[in-house]
Amino acid sequence: MREEILFQLKSLYRDDLRINGFRFGQGEKTVCIVGSLRGNEIQQLYICSQLVKELKRMESEKRILGGREILVIPTANPYSINSGKRFWPADNTDINRMFPGYNLGETTQRIADGLFEKIKDYEYGIQFTSFYMTGAFLPHVRMMTTGFENLNTAKKFGLPYVLKRTPKPYDTTTLNYNWQIWETEAFSVYTDSTDQIEPESAKQAVESVLRFLSNIGAIRWDGEKEKQSKVIEEQELIGIPCPEAGLYLPDVKAGDEIKKGQVLAHILDPYTGEEICKVESPVNGRVFFARSKPVTYANTVIFKVISQNNE
Amino acid sequence: MIEIAAASKMPVGESLEIMKQRISPATVTGKEKVISIVTGTHGDELEGQYVCYELNRRLQNERHLLKGFVDIYPALNPLGIDSITRGFPNFDLDMNRIFPGNKEGSLAEYIASEIIDSLKDSDLCIDIHASNIYLREAPQVRINENVREELVPYAKKLNVDYIWVHGASTVLESTLAHSLNSIGVPTLVVEMGVGMRITKEYGDQLITGILNLMKSMGMYEGETEPVRKPYISEKDEEVAFINAQVPGVFLPEVSHWRLIEEGSLVGEIVNPLTGQTEEEIFSPCDGILFTLREYPVVNEGSLIARILRRKVK
Repeated sequence: MREEILFQLKSLYRDDLRINGFRFGQGEKTVCIVGSLRGNEIQQLYICSQLVKELKRMESEKRILGGREILVIPTANPYSINSGKRFWPADNTDINRMFPGYNLGETTQRIADGLFEKIKDYEYGIQFTSFYMTGAFLPHVRMMTTGFENLNTAKKFGLPYVLKRTPKPYDTTTLNYNWQIWETEAFSVYTDSTDQIEPESAKQAVESVLRFLSNIGAIRWDGEKEKQSKVIEEQELIGIPCPEAGLYLPDVKAGDEIKKGQVLAHILDPYTGEEICKVESPVNGRVFFARSKPVTYANTVIFKVISQNNE
Repeated sequence: MIEIAAASKMPVGESLEIMKQRISPATVTGKEKVISIVTGTHGDELEGQYVCYELNRRLQNERHLLKGFVDIYPALNPLGIDSITRGFPNFDLDMNRIFPGNKEGSLAEYIASEIIDSLKDSDLCIDIHASNIYLREAPQVRINENVREELVPYAKKLNVDYIWVHGASTVLESTLAHSLNSIGVPTLVVEMGVGMRITKEYGDQLITGILNLMKSMGMYEGETEPVRKPYISEKDEEVAFINAQVPGVFLPEVSHWRLIEEGSLVGEIVNPLTGQTEEEIFSPCDGILFTLREYPVVNEGSLIARILRRKVK
């Protein structure tokens, strides 16, 4: 393992911002794995730290295969983690909305540029990230349909689902999108946590990356190599909105099988505790996304469900 | 008449309501045009608050001179304004990057969709932004190059100092202005002043322009003042950017909206801990300084100034 500083930025009163990378193996730039770009992506940081630990062990056992280099970047934003902010502390901008970056631009554009210059030539890019809506996902690989996406490669993670997303204008400045435009096969891996460390889902995420590395011939790994993945389009997910605002008490969580008409959540009056409404499933299927915050606005999607027809 | 343009219940004892004031002419014929004045998408941008207040006050007293409907939306993001938050609280994305919205998305996306529904029958929309808290901007209209031909004639009537026709960008396809322009509502984006503050003289300047524009559209018959002739830039390379090369505290040496010569001192970045000047910043060109750093603390990369390239001598 070689640890190196990939990017450094001076600050007036803080220690320098340093983006640390951990390289394993030598040769072609094969896989780059990026963790937290936001300060609350602690699960993502944890997963990458576990990958560093595992790859370090494998390297000592000579199980990193020749001619291929793997780079792991647990975080590109230690400042926000240390300040307890999700976005860049000085101006609240999101590094993951600044790619491909600009070396003469604003601070977070420079960080994105400095990072992207070091990671844009890899054959595969894997990002652990979080969604703009707060909640838990069924672990899955997400890829954007840019014309460069490759579903067969996405299946090499062996996670239960591969989700295809048609990019919206605001997606075009993310790392994932720009990796693909620069012809890196890019995948975002979502697990069921962001702010909290969930060891079980982190373990599943680490295994999925090791399976991927093994399936592309970058490591020798003894785990289960073949696992089926189901491909779904994001628009096939059924969004279930909450018709009323109030306290939100879910009966189900991401991954649960559900029946048509089953009560998924109760919305309570925050003053009287009386039930305002029940949120029911319109289909048989499985919960793909479940909101986690205990209060909800009206007209807000609180669940996304995979219909049984797509299972 | 105050109307609710969009609404949704909040979790605890409150409704989120996007309000609009409709000022009607004294005599309605049924053929009136509608102009919409909107602001407050970014909760830390307050320059539009004064414009809405003053335009509202004046036109309510001049309804006999009014020949069209004026819809004033002072707060598209009331939660943001209330909490001094640029974005929509509890939501990651910039509210001005989620238009035309989505009735089956998050609350912010739902509200954005309702706002579009409310504005879609306007004959013209003016979307007033201030800068953020970091920069001061001269009153200007920003226009996407794809709608240059349609919008520049309107913008020239708005009494701004500068019209910036900028390149198209995919990420800007999700702004309110782009969404409205796409459905045939000409929409001008005004940028002026600085975040979290009100610059009354800029507000008065813009109100003169709005009344002048309304008059040209046959919507207002009152006396109007002459408007200034704006500088117009139509190529991106006409604008020079100055970014900080080092972190520190920026001390300007120039005033905003002034002619500046190539090589003249714009300001210094100093270090209060060491007492050293870390960087002297010189203008890279002759021109007019239309953007100037307002917030003193800078990181490497922080925008210090923008200069419209023009020969000084």
